Amino acid sequence: MLLREVEYARPASVQDALRLLGANEGARALAGGQTLINVMKARAASPDVLIDLADIAELRGIELGADGTLELGAMTTYTDIIDSAEARARPILGEVCNQIADVQVRNRGTIGGNVCSNDPTNHLPPLLVAIGATMTIVGPGGERSVSAQEFFLGVYMTAAGPGELLTKISLPPGKSDGFASVPIGKDGTCIVNVAASLNGGATRLAIGCVDAVPVLLTPDSAENAAVRKAVHDANLDPPWDVHASADYRRHLAEVLALRAVAQAAERT
Amino acid sequence: MLRLSAASGLVLATQKLGSITGRDTNLNAVSRKTITIDVNGEQYEREVDARRLLIHFIRDDLDLTGSHIGCDTGNCGACSVLVDGTLVKSCMMLAVQADGAKIETVEGLAADGELNGLQQAFSDHHALQCGYCTPGMLMSATALLRENKSPSEEEIRKGIQGNICRCTGYVNIVEAIRAAAQ
Repeated sequence: MLLREVEYARPASVQDALRLLGANEGARALAGGQTLINVMKARAASPDVLIDLADIAELRGIELGADGTLELGAMTTYTDIIDSAEARARPILGEVCNQIADVQVRNRGTIGGNVCSNDPTNHLPPLLVAIGATMTIVGPGGERSVSAQEFFLGVYMTAAGPGELLTKISLPPGKSDGFASVPIGKDGTCIVNVAASLNGGATRLAIGCVDAVPVLLTPDSAENAAVRKAVHDANLDPPWDVHASADYRRHLAEVLALRAVAQAAERT
Repeated sequence: MLRLSAASGLVLATQKLGSITGRDTNLNAVSRKTITIDVNGEQYEREVDARRLLIHFIRDDLDLTGSHIGCDTGNCGACSVLVDGTLVKSCMMLAVQADGAKIETVEGLAADGELNGLQQAFSDHHALQCGYCTPGMLMSATALLRENKSPSEEEIRKGIQGNICRCTGYVNIVEAIRAAAQ
């Protein structure tokens, strides 16, 4: 397929990237390209300028703090996460990344790209919402942090606005996490996915694929009855498509919520 | 976009001129670029459009048609190559992203026209019928075996997850890779 004409730059620093993004209204950041290149092939979106983030060292790296906080640069690939000794402090992260697509995609796709594209069927948005991650955004106005929950605004829309870059994602310490999904084929796109986190005594559930953004629920406890009630009371209104009816997605949300919580409980 | 002042009109004209002449400084975006790529040990220097996909560059600019285009949507893996030792789908990369990289394609597997062990195993185990997915399968298998000298069946299947075959049902491909691992 022939992409539309585009201009390309590969800056070496976040500041240069921001300058380029600010100077060109039709500019988009290019991370791993595993979403954006396909979008451009189909001409669903045709940016005027691509700002390739590949050379920006400060966007890479995984750091495990002494307090157990895990910090991932936005350009960290899924393979980086799977192979990382530091990331094993939060095992669910590598396990979920290992369920994404295939080796080729995992070698190029990035955690930043996954969350900034915010396709409702993506794996990492519900996981990061359930875990309570913090996203660091840098723009012309400086640097700010938002919670994962506040980061996801709508389909393909996040708090990282035009001219801004997500630079890193921080995860608080914890290990009691679960993730359950029904994908289209092995490691395929999710029909429904649910992430659960039981750290600090609270039960957090984030349901993906049923709304524009992950639906965060906080059932009274991790008991089956409480989880069922929370999902039921959420009055989910999921989409209907060729893969599943709205009713089936509603049903899956409950089933997968129970599975995700059970998995998280096993790791407590 | 409406440009109201002569000054900003001049700035716009300069930016556009910069793009047309392909001037490439740190803060300029260019629509065409000269890239240097090593493919199977040979150096190539070519001028490409920024929009050119790596697979098209490999096939049409370098005439290395062993890598195939099966779907154009990043699903089938027939375009799989190694970029700096990493397995990627070259239809989901721009040629300009591979500037300065070392690429390995299926053409690089047979030294002096002799099938390597993996290729021979594919032949021995009837791991291809139409052969369209085969270059991608070989590159994925090459990447797998470099990292894992004796993969289990599950690991083999995970390693070729990104490669679709419409002919064989995968069984012989898995067998061939297992045989090559020994």
